[in-house]
Amino acid sequence: MVLEAADQAAVRALWLKLGSNVGVYTTEALERTFLAFPSTKTYFLHLDLSPGSAQVRAHGQKVADALTLAVDHLDDLPGALSALRELHAHKLRVDPVKFKLLVHCLLVTLARHYPGDFSPSLQASLDKFLSHVISALVPNCH
Amino acid sequence: MVLSPTDKSNVKATWAKIGNHGAEYGAEALERMFMNFPSTKTYFPHFDLGHDSAQVKGHGKKVADALTKAVGHMDNLLDALSDLSDLHAHKLRVDPVNFKLLSHCLLVTLALHLPAEFTPSVHASLDKFLASVSTVLTSKYR
Repeated sequence: MVLEAADQAAVRALWLKLGSNVGVYTTEALERTFLAFPSTKTYFLHLDLSPGSAQVRAHGQKVADALTLAVDHLDDLPGALSALRELHAHKLRVDPVKFKLLVHCLLVTLARHYPGDFSPSLQASLDKFLSHVISALVPNCH
Repeated sequence: MVLSPTDKSNVKATWAKIGNHGAEYGAEALERMFMNFPSTKTYFPHFDLGHDSAQVKGHGKKVADALTKAVGHMDNLLDALSDLSDLHAHKLRVDPVNFKLLSHCLLVTLALHLPAEFTPSVHASLDKFLASVSTVLTSKYR
């Protein structure tokens, strides 16, 4: 399943606006996820998860880079994310439901920082995009 | 799920900040939910769900008023929301998953309008509060 043209355009436009700040927002989203949903911390016992942690920031940048890669390959997410899919399926084994928690926190974060842009319609496009990313990372999830 | 003293004070402080925008935010959350999760519209076949619908605004106010009542009775949600719990169990029969969708959209809406207040800690407390309300509203289903 490929994202519709209108959704693709909306996501690309937002990503242009986010510019080099994507990492800032994914880091904030991770912080929120760890605080609101402490069970997610089990996947990061090897990291310092305290507020402002450099390791969380580094991980936030990894997530940001992966999402930017996804935005650049909206017509072939499974192809673009195949290496990450392998990683998550065979090594990390993250419970699929956790991805939805991170998506929730990412949407909340973006709404906070871009209130003027975050219309219900943009929220819907982003939600669909992120659902596609989750499907590409963890097949058979939902 | 137990709301800690910090959770309760976070929720009360947020509600004070919402002031008399409750109905407006309730309506916006519903609009976001209908657009992001179209399956939720099935519970409102009798409504005009277009943008700026007076019926959605009216329903947003109902939701806001119920939540305001809940904020005033966080130590006794079961009693305070008993009538609403009966209504949802015996008449409306909204599938429990939909409460999470509305809660998500409420949090996005609040983050958008109250960015400074919506710290990770407040976000976590509000999420717990909304989950508690949802649990009470679905507690008499079976």
